[in-house]
Amino acid sequence: MAVDNLVEVTKLRKEFGGLVATDDVDFTIPRGRIVALIGPNGAGKTTFFNQLTGVYKPTSGSIVFDGTEVVNMPPHAITALGIGRTFQNIRLFSQMSAVENVLVGMHCRLHTGIVGSILRTRKVKREEREARDRARELLTYSGLPRRHDDRAGNLPYGDQRRLEVARALGTDPKLLLLDEPTAGMNPQESAEFTAFVRRVRDDKGLTVLLIEHDMKVVMGVSERITVLEYGAKIAEGSPAEIQADERVIEAYLGKGAAA
Amino acid sequence: MTSLASRAQALRSNTNAWLVPLVILLGLLYPFLEDGLSTLPLIGDFMPTTGTVVVMIAFTMMAVGLNIVVGYCGLLDLGYVAFYAVGAYTAGWFASQHFEQVTFHLGSSVDNDKVGIHLTMWLVLILAGLLTMLSGIVIGLPTLRLRGDYLAIVTLGFGEIIPQVVRNGDSFGGFNLTNGTFGIAPIDPVGFPVLSAIGLPDNFQTSDNRERWYYLIAFLLLLFTIFCSVRLRDSRLGRAWIAIREDETAAAAMGVPLMRTKTWAYALGAFFGGVAGAYYASFKSGAFPADFYFNISVFLLCMVILGGMGSIWGVTVGGMILAYLNFSGLSTIGTKIQDAGLNFDPTKYQFGIYGIIIVLMMLFRPAGLIPERRHRIELEEGVHDTPFYDVQTEGALTDRDRSND
Repeated sequence: MAVDNLVEVTKLRKEFGGLVATDDVDFTIPRGRIVALIGPNGAGKTTFFNQLTGVYKPTSGSIVFDGTEVVNMPPHAITALGIGRTFQNIRLFSQMSAVENVLVGMHCRLHTGIVGSILRTRKVKREEREARDRARELLTYSGLPRRHDDRAGNLPYGDQRRLEVARALGTDPKLLLLDEPTAGMNPQESAEFTAFVRRVRDDKGLTVLLIEHDMKVVMGVSERITVLEYGAKIAEGSPAEIQADERVIEAYLGKGAAA
Repeated sequence: MTSLASRAQALRSNTNAWLVPLVILLGLLYPFLEDGLSTLPLIGDFMPTTGTVVVMIAFTMMAVGLNIVVGYCGLLDLGYVAFYAVGAYTAGWFASQHFEQVTFHLGSSVDNDKVGIHLTMWLVLILAGLLTMLSGIVIGLPTLRLRGDYLAIVTLGFGEIIPQVVRNGDSFGGFNLTNGTFGIAPIDPVGFPVLSAIGLPDNFQTSDNRERWYYLIAFLLLLFTIFCSVRLRDSRLGRAWIAIREDETAAAAMGVPLMRTKTWAYALGAFFGGVAGAYYASFKSGAFPADFYFNISVFLLCMVILGGMGSIWGVTVGGMILAYLNFSGLSTIGTKIQDAGLNFDPTKYQFGIYGIIIVLMMLFRPAGLIPERRHRIELEEGVHDTPFYDVQTEGALTDRDRSND
């Protein structure tokens, strides 16, 4: 089977003391797909993300991204390879403007060094201008057509979520990781966001992995779903398969249906 | 919104358009105005002499350098005095009679028959900057992995190590590196030996206008420091520093290499400290171990806090004010108090007084005299409009995330 996988995770394991947060998980993300990672609270989804992005070092196992082993690489190097992410509890640079946030995201794609910064040569000025233009484009594209120069911390909640995505897109990723992107959004905003994720994938040829609790979003947008429980993978498949899976219903959806 | 913001920006830059040149002009003219100003009634006695202002400027330069580390990048450095020491001793090594084994002259202002290495001070200033930068990298590499309080404690340690090394450095395996407690003196003066034909003095120390010349060059060095500081702040690197200050984890996830970026902040902050240290050493013609104690680090940090962390103009003003009080103001005030018949000498309580200033600043103006734009906005608009941050926390995992930050 010649599936082109952007990410291949093998036997990934992460222990915090006695707690096994990721329990020998095998996981692949086919290039160009939108994949969701779901599971009850504390199932190890965010820990999984953090290992993918280099924030945590796995206890054992391997993560191959686009042909490169990324375990033991520092986060910025992984970002430079092409993994962009958002955070579950928004982590914008709140004192910086929206544009500046995106510009920080573009850090590893820009080249100005120290001497260039001080001399501010024509080349540096051009790079800076182009970067700013591109940052504004990305903001508009991500649903923030206005308030580009407002402080990120002053933006309304939904806009902060959008800004996080714009900032992640600024890193020019091949893989976009979204950690509960619609948390705190109203149903209409969630629906818009779902459409947006699909559009980003189509326009930019990205691969998307999202963690999400909102089943409407998950079932609406993802082409493949992986379910984690207590750090272990319990199911994987298309939305229809997952919805029909006994164990998943028991572990997760079942609880939701009973409530 | 955008047009309003840009109009506000235009207004601000208009103010700068006349304010900055005016301040620069007044600064350049101060040595000539000083005689007149010091005869004014009431305030005349409080005017610092030109020589005092040279010292004030040297310390302000260090504060602006420290601001890159503390203000931009948010790395609390309690051992900045180490960089001042490296700068001063670089001047001692390369522009004095200290290494009497050799005789080497290169464009120096002193007589050619003097023993020791005597490079021109212009080269020594650059060398001091670079060597200090290097020491910043050496100190930074093992320490900058630490966060917050831990980093502060380690820098504190380095700040204590340096004066001890300097004090006991008169016999490194028999080699006299620092001349121990006596320090290195005299250190060569700044001058224009090559340009003396066109009327510039070849040696500031012996010229008729010693203090004015030293003042002029100090002032230009300060302008250079501020200029670099502004340019760096508004660059790709400056953005990365501020991002690290705000949220290190997010910055790393956005592709900012933490170690490299922090080390650059450290090295560049050190650079200006080294240049200022070397220049000051030349001005007072000596480098002595007693100059490099912990209180200087605190003193410089107070300047940054008083002015406003991250704000270049604030730090410049804060530095000038505190340095003025330290080197001239307090003793003048003391004299006035004694003249009034009271037996109170404020110079005895100088650090207590700076402490009170800092406490009052924290209470009434926590962002500093001239707050950085970002901080000011925060204060003006309040923080009440960012309450949505912790919506949807995910229990145990989130707590663990936080403890790992």
